[in-house]
Amino acid sequence: MKKNKKQKDSSKKWYFLSLVVLIYGFVSWYAPEKSLPILISFIKLLGQIAPIFLIIYIIMVLTNLYINNEKLRKHMGDDAGLKGWIISILAGIVSMGSIYVWYPLLKDLQQKGVKDKFIVTFLYNRGVKLQWLPVLLLYFGWVYAITLLIVMIIFSVFQGIITEKLINTFDKPKYNGLIKKQVE
Amino acid sequence: MNLVKLKKSNKIAFKNIVKTLPIIFSMLFLVSIITNVVPKSFYQKLFKGNLFLDALIGDLLGSFLMGNPITGYIIGNELLKSGISLVAVTTFLVAWVTVGIFQSPAEALFLGKRFALFRNISAFFMAIVVAIITVLIVNSI
Repeated sequence: MKKNKKQKDSSKKWYFLSLVVLIYGFVSWYAPEKSLPILISFIKLLGQIAPIFLIIYIIMVLTNLYINNEKLRKHMGDDAGLKGWIISILAGIVSMGSIYVWYPLLKDLQQKGVKDKFIVTFLYNRGVKLQWLPVLLLYFGWVYAITLLIVMIIFSVFQGIITEKLINTFDKPKYNGLIKKQVE
Repeated sequence: MNLVKLKKSNKIAFKNIVKTLPIIFSMLFLVSIITNVVPKSFYQKLFKGNLFLDALIGDLLGSFLMGNPITGYIIGNELLKSGISLVAVTTFLVAWVTVGIFQSPAEALFLGKRFALFRNISAFFMAIVVAIITVLIVNSI
């Protein structure tokens, strides 16, 4: 089943690329004068991105070398207070790959008693990708890039707390109990 | 350093990079098409010049167009070049990586309906807050 899901995800990428090439073909047919400028823009964008891939590659090798999923699972396993926040933030930042790969592990952690706030914080920090930082720096400058990432990391904690509060407030058994009490 | 582990890490990193290439190529190509075909005035029309309304539009766009951060940065940069406010672009960027409308069915399946619903709702509003605070700090530096 996992293999099927992977194959499905993989083919989606190629479908998407084929669709974009088809769109390009259509545009070139409808407005031939646009076809060359589009290619030039594409090559320019590729040229900007290419050197960054080397840095991204090195970061990926290092994170794979020094961080493993089992360790993450162990330390996010219960309501660990400050330690739990720090670990969920760091784990979110360094986690790689499609989110679909992470869902089964997160479900497993949730069933083992990991607080939802840590899972939410983990998911939020997946948006803070250090390996893509050079791209953010290239496009938006270092002041903006660093500020955005720091603000996102801080607010990931608030999002964790708020989401867990909302989930608990509308938790069915608790909610029903509250209504019953009010009726009594 | 363990050579076997290094080889394995190298292989995983290489695989991850290769896996993202079709999407990155597609997005770069799509951005090239859009920037050459869609006039910049289109974005200016979509965004109204009102700080909060633009932030909301950026938030909605980012929520629906979720994907790899790098593609969000590319689109965000193009939006900024088109004259869209930094608050709207930041809201777009944050929503792009934190709100997942298309992923929410899978998220609900694994982590629960309430989890997926409240996480996405709170991330949606949080994107605006994060954007405003980020831009305020950047402007004050």
